[in-house]
Amino acid sequence: MIKKLIDKLNEINKFDRNADNGERSKKLFGLAALYETPNEIIEAAAVVAGKGYEKFDVYTPYPLHGMDDAMGMDKPKVGYVSFIFGLTGMCLALLMIGWMSGIDYPNIIGGKPFFSLPPSIPITFEGTILLTGIATVLGMLVLFNKLPKIDSPLNDTDFMRNVSSDKYGIVIQTDDDLFTEQDVKNLYLSTGAYNVQEIFYRESNLTTKTPLFDKKFISAIIGTAVVTAVVTYFIVNFVLYSTVPFDWMWVQPRIDSQSPSTFFPNNSGMREPVNGTVARGFLPYEYKGLPDSSVKLLANPLAVSKEVLERGQDRFNIYCSPCHGYFGEGDGRLKGLFPKPPTLHSKKVKEWTDGNIYHVITNGQNVMPSYAEQVSRDDRWAIIHYIRALERSKDASEQDVELAK
Amino acid sequence: MSLDATYTRELPLVENNATLKDLDNIIALPTETKPTKGWWIAISISSTALLIGAISLFYTIYYGIGMWGNNQPVGWAFGIINFVFWIGIGHAGTLISAILFLFRQKWRTGIARFAEAMTIFAVMTAGIFPIIHTGRPWLGGYLLPLPNQNGVWVNFMSPLLWDVFAVSTYFTISFLFWGIGLIPDLAILRDKTTSKIKKNIYKVLSLGWTNSNRNWSNYERAYLILAGISTPLVLSVHTIVSFDFAVSVIPGWHTTIFPPYFVAGAIFSGFGMVSTVLIIVRKVFNMEHIITIGHLEKMNKILLATGTMVGFAYSMEFFVAWYSGNTFESFTFVNRAFGPYAWAYWIMFSCNVFFPQLFWFRKIRRSIPITFILVILVNVGMWFERFVIIVTSLHRDFLPSSWAMFTPTLTDMGLLLGSFGFFFTLLFLFLKTLPLVSISEVKAVVEGAQPTVHPHPHTNGKAIQEGGDGH
Ligand code: HEC
Repeated sequence: MIKKLIDKLNEINKFDRNADNGERSKKLFGLAALYETPNEIIEAAAVVAGKGYEKFDVYTPYPLHGMDDAMGMDKPKVGYVSFIFGLTGMCLALLMIGWMSGIDYPNIIGGKPFFSLPPSIPITFEGTILLTGIATVLGMLVLFNKLPKIDSPLNDTDFMRNVSSDKYGIVIQTDDDLFTEQDVKNLYLSTGAYNVQEIFYRESNLTTKTPLFDKKFISAIIGTAVVTAVVTYFIVNFVLYSTVPFDWMWVQPRIDSQSPSTFFPNNSGMREPVNGTVARGFLPYEYKGLPDSSVKLLANPLAVSKEVLERGQDRFNIYCSPCHGYFGEGDGRLKGLFPKPPTLHSKKVKEWTDGNIYHVITNGQNVMPSYAEQVSRDDRWAIIHYIRALERSKDASEQDVELAK
Repeated sequence: MSLDATYTRELPLVENNATLKDLDNIIALPTETKPTKGWWIAISISSTALLIGAISLFYTIYYGIGMWGNNQPVGWAFGIINFVFWIGIGHAGTLISAILFLFRQKWRTGIARFAEAMTIFAVMTAGIFPIIHTGRPWLGGYLLPLPNQNGVWVNFMSPLLWDVFAVSTYFTISFLFWGIGLIPDLAILRDKTTSKIKKNIYKVLSLGWTNSNRNWSNYERAYLILAGISTPLVLSVHTIVSFDFAVSVIPGWHTTIFPPYFVAGAIFSGFGMVSTVLIIVRKVFNMEHIITIGHLEKMNKILLATGTMVGFAYSMEFFVAWYSGNTFESFTFVNRAFGPYAWAYWIMFSCNVFFPQLFWFRKIRRSIPITFILVILVNVGMWFERFVIIVTSLHRDFLPSSWAMFTPTLTDMGLLLGSFGFFFTLLFLFLKTLPLVSISEVKAVVEGAQPTVHPHPHTNGKAIQEGGDGH
């Protein structure tokens, strides 16, 4: 049974390669000649070109060196296509990177500018190559060689079987202005052709135009594309949302905050640090909650410098000025929403050590809350330098004015 | 004293005075006949390996990459080793088809098609690994700069992204290169076959190629341009792969020698693989006259050169580790050569540097059994090179408290085996379905294939002088 089927299939599949299949019309496409050696064909081509024929071509199993010259052909122009598309690829890649990482979603990565050239070079290079390659191949095949040309009148002929194997052929087409059957035949024989044959158009060459622009063909392509897209969309959605193991990144074996865990005895998902754990850079404040008389020994570790003062001013304006005012006079911008603080130019504050002010910032004082969370240790000391500068500026001496000049 | 003129003469590229028709018949034979017993045995072995790989792949995807031996601090292991290994294998194909083409090395015609096919299959094999290494391969689309619901784009400053672009460009261009090389050969098969189904398939695939000289002219120019762009491309691919390592700050990875070192290694390993397979293939398909011992010898010379370059890179790394005065760097290298993974290091060093030195001897270069053993060693050595670079640099990082050893799991091994299975299955299918030597290119270099006269268009045998001398 199966054997019979295979035999039957083989029967259908068999085909006589020497028979000229494809319906041929009566209309002549051209006259073809076959030659035995490369030297004969190249001479023949030079003669044919010299006689002024234009619609002719030479057919060889592999490219022959010097044939382009013999046929009087121009240099191939594929390179222009490659060049133009190479430039396009380069610009597109650069624009893509520039727009995506510099404009549409700017993101600081490694402290580099949003768009920076050096890391963009690899992708720009690959984009250039990619477009050059695709354009070269498509340009060569479609634009210059007019392929695909599956039903070319030459294909399936005895002539083609010879030139694709080991013979060298030439064809002068009937639509050449100089074409007359007798002249061409004589020309072939005089240049040493061992075989001359007629090549007819196929029926299909004469009837249909370009099959690519056939309405049925185009609608079939569009139809398939739409169906495939829709089906893929639904399948991908189904697969990604509802089947194991195809899940999204947010599906993780982890405990979310505020959620219980059966893993720990107390069912709490959150782990607390061991008693006495100290985070880096967060040493506990040793005078926490103590009266300010006990902090006399705390000295300002920062030396005064332009940078420190500027940093202090910056932090003071952000964290202290809303209540204390830009110059520490207690005239903040809260307009009575919070008790007014006393001025920082009072004799009391002026006579305080830096440690006292530090204590107020770190520990808070009466209604003023602690700013230890918001302002780092060094920044607190910088603020204090700035407060001292403010105080001095309020009643500057003659010498200070001289110094400022 | 007179120069011996025959001394510099190239030996014929195709031996035994084969005619053009003979070439058609010999090269097309595997595509026209039923597979032999040897082929069936070969493909059953490779598809068994492929099946094992498929099972391991299923485990990896279903349970996640926890199935692999990767740990902290060895976060990259077999997955990346295999990726770099296979990408490297591919480089020989492009070198043979593009770089040797630009250097007008005619001997490349005998092996170019096969090597290009190898490139394509190797890149396909390599591509699997980074995708599954993401853990959720079905979300692989996020590797590309595609618009998405989060409104973010990929990170253009990451070498891993450059890799995505480099590898996909490399695959596309290699495929195009290989594809246009096949067109004329498919036309030959089209005109030779006696099967209706095959005839129609070849007809479509050859795009109706007519061997016309006006087509050949554009074709050759396009081929030249593709060779021209493939050359910097192939260098860029392994350079970018090496950036995956060199741009990080891990001692042992963070070195400027990586790009040239990786490229040389890639070519070395690729030639190793080409030789390994060709030695078998030329025997099995009776192509010893087309893929001659001369071809193998030339490849052995390239192996010797690149192997020595790789050896130089190994020594240079050591020198720089010491000369930089960086303790972390020198620790990594001492640890490589004398630490717990010293065995891997010395396998790498001997297979890649010591043994290929035997190719200095002409006798050994031209001995097929010895070449076969040496090229197998090269394959082993180059796999271990990637193992050494990746695992030994990671397993003892900056914090001694987190040092660990890496042990591959069964799934790791299965995937490694499977990658060979995938590669060889594709290769065997290729050998049976398409001409494994470029017929039209080999025809063009047969003795007497090129015309000895170069006329210009002329009437009655007289050249029309067109500015030139009508040479
Ligand atoms: C929310 C408003 C507010 C902010 C912000 C604020 N303070 Fe105060 N501050 C007060 C008030 C109110 C007092 C008076 C507290 C009291 O009754 O003793 C005060 C008191 C002080 C005193 C003591 C003055 C004295 O005479 O006893 C100092 C010094 C001081 N603040 C410094 C600062 C510094 C430095 C900052 C910035 C880090 C700051 N404050 C931020 C409201 C504020």
